[in-house]
Amino acid sequence: MDKIKQFVTDFGWPRVIIFFFLLALFIAAPFVGVRIDASISDMLNRFGQNMLFVLAMVPMIQSGCGLNFGLSIGIIAGLIGSTMSVQFGLTGFLGFFGAVGFAIPFAIIFGWLYGMLLNKVKGEEMTIAMYVGFAGVMFMCIMWLVLPYTAPTMVWGYAGKGLRTTITVEGFFRQVLNEFLAIRIGDSFVFPTGMLLFVAFCTFLVWLFMRTKTGTALTAVGSNPDYARASGISSDRMRTVSVIISTVLGAVGIVVYQQSYGFIQLYTAPLQMPFAAVAAILIGGASVNKASMVNVLIGAFLFQGLLTMTPSVINSALKTDISEVIRIIVSNGIIIYALTRKMKVAK
Amino acid sequence: MSGNKTLGRFFSENAVVIIFVLITLAAIPPSGLSIPYIVQEMITRLGRNTFLVLALILPIYAGMGLNFGMTLGAMSGQIGLILAINWNITGVEGLAFAALIGTPISVMMGYIAGAVLNRAKGREMVTGYILAFFINGVYQFVVLYMMGAIFPIRNPAIVLSRGYGIRNTLNLQGVRQSLDTLFMLKVGPYLIPVATFIVIAGLCVFVVWFKKTKLGQDMRAVGHDMAVAQAAGIPVDRTRIIAIIISTVLANFGQIIFLQNMGNMATYNAHDQTSFFAVAAILVGGASVKKAAISNVFIGVILLHVLFVVTPRAGQNLFGSAMIGEYFRQFIGYGVIALTLVLYAWKARQNTARARESLRGGTAGGAK
Repeated sequence: MDKIKQFVTDFGWPRVIIFFFLLALFIAAPFVGVRIDASISDMLNRFGQNMLFVLAMVPMIQSGCGLNFGLSIGIIAGLIGSTMSVQFGLTGFLGFFGAVGFAIPFAIIFGWLYGMLLNKVKGEEMTIAMYVGFAGVMFMCIMWLVLPYTAPTMVWGYAGKGLRTTITVEGFFRQVLNEFLAIRIGDSFVFPTGMLLFVAFCTFLVWLFMRTKTGTALTAVGSNPDYARASGISSDRMRTVSVIISTVLGAVGIVVYQQSYGFIQLYTAPLQMPFAAVAAILIGGASVNKASMVNVLIGAFLFQGLLTMTPSVINSALKTDISEVIRIIVSNGIIIYALTRKMKVAK
Repeated sequence: MSGNKTLGRFFSENAVVIIFVLITLAAIPPSGLSIPYIVQEMITRLGRNTFLVLALILPIYAGMGLNFGMTLGAMSGQIGLILAINWNITGVEGLAFAALIGTPISVMMGYIAGAVLNRAKGREMVTGYILAFFINGVYQFVVLYMMGAIFPIRNPAIVLSRGYGIRNTLNLQGVRQSLDTLFMLKVGPYLIPVATFIVIAGLCVFVVWFKKTKLGQDMRAVGHDMAVAQAAGIPVDRTRIIAIIISTVLANFGQIIFLQNMGNMATYNAHDQTSFFAVAAILVGGASVKKAAISNVFIGVILLHVLFVVTPRAGQNLFGSAMIGEYFRQFIGYGVIALTLVLYAWKARQNTARARESLRGGTAGGAK
């Protein structure tokens, strides 16, 4: 009994509650006419789509920069990459990796600038990150209108310039990862092997990186800045590295998201994306200053499971659209829970 | 101190205001709007927004930063207005009734917000921001699902056709501009809503008076240094909660004034950008995270809203796209908030570094 209690305390009450809620939804699903196989397929798909955003939170949390509310900076870099890829007419795997390839240099530059900015404002990173992200998104809104894109699938038909709000990647790189080695069982279950492999590979790289010398130094800066300084680690440099990695992951993440979702969403679409990723990693058990790969996996799984299951099950059961309200309350409630927990490590 | 140095300090301390004045002045000519039109717009918008922006002052004073949780007060005010329409109370009485309903709700909301923020010391702003999202979920739950289902709604015109939940847009016909038109003064070509301005002036007097009371002084002490205030016997947590409660209640009144001027209420979105506009305004007016005066509020509302009035037209005339102006003004709003926060955090760090160096005797600098 004590062991169970200890386990629950370690795992955290919110996670236990959400886990059982999700379980209850799965059990209830068949009774309200929701197909379990379709739900699981949908859930795996969303898990893969959003996993990299959640992963992007890890480096910055570990280096003491807090939750990356400015993930939209990375997402913007990814949008630049994918629009360029479509502009140059790259298709299939070339299109996808072209988009990633174009996006990464932008992400590195943006991340570097963003990281330097955050170094100047230690202690206030999260609020500032949020507004830097918002301002960046709005700035790019102007840019999407004036940048010289010409591909006919992307620009407004009648004006001949200015990008559309949503651009289909059909015929470019739609579902290239999802379809790669995909396993189909029945007519409503698809296992998106390629995407999950790619995501797992990225996660492995980050895991590996956190175990290198640089990765350890980065964690040291976050968990004990004085000790890190005494061992001759430049805290500013490590923090910048973590911000760059986070931004790059955000950029790659949005391209993965687009190939699965099938559309590039521009303009104000990235505005709210960081909040979902923040909520997910916190549901996974991370705190404002500590996160691991396990938190990423559990968090992305639970949060996306919740997003998949609540609309279908609750809405069919209660015949209302209340799930959106549940999503708002759960995801923001969990962020508040994390923000109000006592910090173990002093500033 | 040489004159040159004073000038330099003036620029660095008022950087945001100066940048903003320049952008605004540059945007007026291409907009093609006449000066009387802009002046009339400003009078209207001062009446509409100032009260909300004034609600931000006390938490800044108490060292809690910009109160993004003011949205909670705005939501309370909206519930008050919904009920006023429900019982069909019109005119100024309707507004007073809405305020009466909104006040206890906003006191409760303010207490919750204060208690939450006390558990997140040093991260008040981001926590307040997320708290507004969270309570927005609760608000939607109450207004969209409970009203008409559990709380009886008598006026069928405001209920969704499915039988419960409030419609997405409410027509505030009964109370529309009832405060503004209570005593409208015509000066030359301009219409001045005197009653609204009297209410705002009353609040300014209240703020000035409040700062001089024992509680106000306590707030300043808490804002200056929590540990010292605690040692001096000031109940820190309680003082902070009171600051947030007052701010939330004021935001509740402010939102009612704002909406009576607009005349329509988007039930589920009207409060979305309340804190964004209010915070941007006070920062544009030259306030910082730690320092705000009443003058900042008025300067800020005027500057921000002149820009808001002129940019869509300027964007239309310069680039042939009103959307560019629209995005530009949002970019400016978010950008100003980011810039002010950055400048403030940067300066605070420089000051601590300097203080540390002076302790060491100024020899062992550059460790960080």
